[in-house]
Amino acid sequence: MLSRHEVDHVAALARLALTDAEAERMAVELSSILEHIDRIRALDLDGVAPTAHVSDATAPLRPDVPVPSLPREALLAAAPEVADGGFGVPSPGASAQ
Amino acid sequence: MPDYVPTIGLEIHVQLATATKMFCGCALSFGDPANVHCCPTCLGLPGALPVTNAQAIEYAIAIGLALGCEIAPVSQFHRKNYFYPDNPKAYQISQYDVPIAAHGRLGDVRIHRAHVEEDAAKLIHAGAGSGRIHDARRSIVDFNRAGTPLVEIVTEPDVHSPEQAREWLTLLRETIRALGVSDVDMSQGSLRCDANVSVAPTGATALGTKTELKNMNSFAFLERGVRAEIARQIARLEAGETITQETLHYDVATGELRSLRSKEEAHDYRYFPEPDLPLLRVSADQVAAVRAALPELPADKALRLSATYGLAPERAHELAFNGPLGTFFEAAVAAADGVDPVAIANWLPALIERVGSDIDPAATPVTPAAFAALVGLVGTKTISRDAGRTVLDRLVSDGGEPAAIVAAEGLGAIAAADGELDAVVAAAIAADPDAAAKVAAGNAKAMGPLVGYVMRETRGRADGAEVGRLIRAQLGL
Amino acid sequence: MSDTILELSAAAAAAAIAAGDLDPAELFACYRERAAADPLNAFLWVAPPGPPAGLTEPTAGEAATPLAPVPLAVKDLFCTQGVPSQSASKILEGYRPPYSATVVARLGLPLLGKTNQDEFAMGSSNENSAFGPVANPWDRGRVPGGSSGGSAAAVAGGLAPWALGTDTGGSIRQPAAFCGIVGLKPTYGAVSRYGMIAFASSLDQAGPLTRDVTDAALLFSQMVGADPRDATCVAFPDRIGRPTATDLAGVRLGIPSDLLEAVDGLDPAVKANFDATVALAGSLGAEIVEVSLPHAEHALSAYYIIAPAEASANLARFDGVRYGLRLGGEQDLLSMYTRTRGEGFGPEVKRRIMLGTYALASGYYDAYYGTAQKVRTRISEDFTAAFGQVDLIVTPTAPTVAFGLGAVADPLAMYLNDFYTVPMSLAGIPAISIPSGLCDGLPVGFQLAGPAFSEARLLEAAHALEQAIGFDGAPARAGGTA
Repeated sequence: MLSRHEVDHVAALARLALTDAEAERMAVELSSILEHIDRIRALDLDGVAPTAHVSDATAPLRPDVPVPSLPREALLAAAPEVADGGFGVPSPGASAQ
Repeated sequence: MPDYVPTIGLEIHVQLATATKMFCGCALSFGDPANVHCCPTCLGLPGALPVTNAQAIEYAIAIGLALGCEIAPVSQFHRKNYFYPDNPKAYQISQYDVPIAAHGRLGDVRIHRAHVEEDAAKLIHAGAGSGRIHDARRSIVDFNRAGTPLVEIVTEPDVHSPEQAREWLTLLRETIRALGVSDVDMSQGSLRCDANVSVAPTGATALGTKTELKNMNSFAFLERGVRAEIARQIARLEAGETITQETLHYDVATGELRSLRSKEEAHDYRYFPEPDLPLLRVSADQVAAVRAALPELPADKALRLSATYGLAPERAHELAFNGPLGTFFEAAVAAADGVDPVAIANWLPALIERVGSDIDPAATPVTPAAFAALVGLVGTKTISRDAGRTVLDRLVSDGGEPAAIVAAEGLGAIAAADGELDAVVAAAIAADPDAAAKVAAGNAKAMGPLVGYVMRETRGRADGAEVGRLIRAQLGL
Repeated sequence: MSDTILELSAAAAAAAIAAGDLDPAELFACYRERAAADPLNAFLWVAPPGPPAGLTEPTAGEAATPLAPVPLAVKDLFCTQGVPSQSASKILEGYRPPYSATVVARLGLPLLGKTNQDEFAMGSSNENSAFGPVANPWDRGRVPGGSSGGSAAAVAGGLAPWALGTDTGGSIRQPAAFCGIVGLKPTYGAVSRYGMIAFASSLDQAGPLTRDVTDAALLFSQMVGADPRDATCVAFPDRIGRPTATDLAGVRLGIPSDLLEAVDGLDPAVKANFDATVALAGSLGAEIVEVSLPHAEHALSAYYIIAPAEASANLARFDGVRYGLRLGGEQDLLSMYTRTRGEGFGPEVKRRIMLGTYALASGYYDAYYGTAQKVRTRISEDFTAAFGQVDLIVTPTAPTVAFGLGAVADPLAMYLNDFYTVPMSLAGIPAISIPSGLCDGLPVGFQLAGPAFSEARLLEAAHALEQAIGFDGAPARAGGTA
């Protein structure tokens, strides 16, 4: 059973604000899913190589030749906050008070 | 009070001088307006994917080989997950358990690993002026730098003093500069260095608790920052306090070390294999080709210059670490007919003093042959050292041949045999009898005014040692 | 006239256009009108009246598609330049990408509309869309399946001639089954993922949702090919032609009985339909062989570690900095992140981000992610061994027929919908779902899977079976216009 403390820790890592009700429900739901998943931990997998990519292919490399970038206006058009040609954000370390 | 041994490991980030970014075709740039070198990939737009830059991999292999590392035939990229406004995908594509290069050595420091990754964007703090993060309420993000190829080099903790840290980083910089794969300019951020520092009482078997120092953006600041941190740690231990493992920011203005501890939970980067990039394979042929194309590296060059030309180790080191100067030196030696290479090397500081240490001497009017000829004229006492410096001034400003300059300006040395110098020396003694008496009485310092008189009268054409000999002779010493 | 046009399969419409018998503008206008009147909530965006803006020009250097301009419905998560592409999420509110997905650009077909889906392709019912659920055209009180529910419903309901979907663990095949159409999940690496808003990068694949196998082959044939922008996408080894097989002579079909029996909720009517279809295949000349996939029953567990883990990273970029929703931006950085993400993502997406973050977190990685990767290896090995004995493996596509809207509330029970589709996803092999009949008036899907890059063979076998089954999808299309 996932504790509320663990749920809060994971939510903090994932930068998700959860309401109390959401966090409580999450603890129950995740616990039930993990209980199902836990069956694989009982399998004998000694010596089995992990699969990160289904194919054993080699990454193709790209020639070091510039291609045009996107127009700045097109990128900034989607931005919630624009300042001085950049994407505006609250300063890291600055507090809201 | 026990003595303490500092132990220092360095983590260096080198920006590669490729034409394009690590995982997309946007051009690298410096000093352009914000966000003009961005595409879906380096901006982390939904749906965009990375494709690895072949040149960056080749440069990384070259660095790995120059650092004596083994190159991994198969390596892999991982995602390093953390949220920060300069990290567009909220994960950095880096290498984790299998770096492209590992287990090397440069000079007296072992290399733990060298891996390839992408640089973050630039956060510009709108608080303006101060540049101190904590003052500003708003920042803006410029993604031009995001995705610039980096090689991160991690050393073993083999450094034991601030001076050694600085010297070794200089060796590293010159080694990478010789490869031509990076600008390695600390002031521009293309070379960045963090240091892990701990101290332990002499004889202790375990290392002390380490701290990580960031933001030392020059060689001098690295040395100063590490020195300050060693002193801080020793003072704490002496006071019976303990060292906290933390990240410290070295304030170059005040010399203070400030903790960067954040209120957020400890980092948990949740590394996992980057599913968008299949395995990175490097063939033995490719490694061999890169190895064959490696230039002579500074450490090897210093040994060769010392052995071949009989240079003192310090001078050989100096020439090996300044690629253009070393090249100029060898060209001058080759052009000279029987001029002592040591003398040529000894004259180089005078050249640097005149053209500036950042200038490639080959780009000045002074040709290696003219420089060697000048050194030869001084060596044969055809001209005096002072006259040699005058000739060098002319060479630097106008070029030309030293012999012609000597002839045109009448700078030829006054030969001891022709009597001219005897007369000038006699005049000098006559002009300053006090000084002459003091010299005669054994006060060698009083020689100065007499020699100065002769030099003024001969416009520096006299050989200083010969003048001293004549003064002593005329005074019966 | 328009009803006749709309009855044409996409391949038939393409042939009519090529022969000069059908005006593509008229075809587009008919479908556009249908889609605009969408009674199923299958579309999130429909092209404005007037001549279609071609999707985008085919990418430079690529041959223009030989496909005649038959309008295409595209799952919302494909980036379409200047057209909303939100992966059905509130967090991408108002987002119009500055570029188009490779596969969309490569096809170069007139864009009919963007279809509804589960948010970020996470779901098996299309109930997780930020824009409301999609109705199944066979019974509007039921779900169309997911996550490509809008694409499946649009095609089944006659609102689109064909559609693009994506499949991560069954998201093309299961909605195709629930809606009585054909859905192909290609081999991993056959189709470029560039421009697909990622869910789980090592699993996601784009594929066609079509009225019949011929349409699927036609659309798929123009989707494949290496893409210099996707390092995981490779050149397709074969040319995909129009399938012609009418029998299964010499085809060995494997029945993984251990997998079929491992799930509790296999509907007996679905099982009976499956058995009948296998018998039909036998009558067409197929050799029916029992095979074993001993680890496939654990595929779901591995999948629900691997996919959420990758998703937790893929969805981390939705942070309120560069595009989409931002909440709390006037506050501090942490508040901006947590509020934007906490309120921008729906419950299922948050659940999977939490699950994936947990599985990768320090101290849990080996127990969960590492174990799941090893199970994935075992599953691939099982398939490789099985394909040493048989040409194709068949299963029901889903354990049940379409269920009622709101009928499955428990997340784990919902995940069990993917029981038969997830093993192929983990192994990266191609699989197709074709309609194999009705149970209580609702379509049942039959899944065929083959080794990597065996799509040509898979489509031939599916075509032979399709001809023999003679499934009639017209009731859904009639229902769609009611």
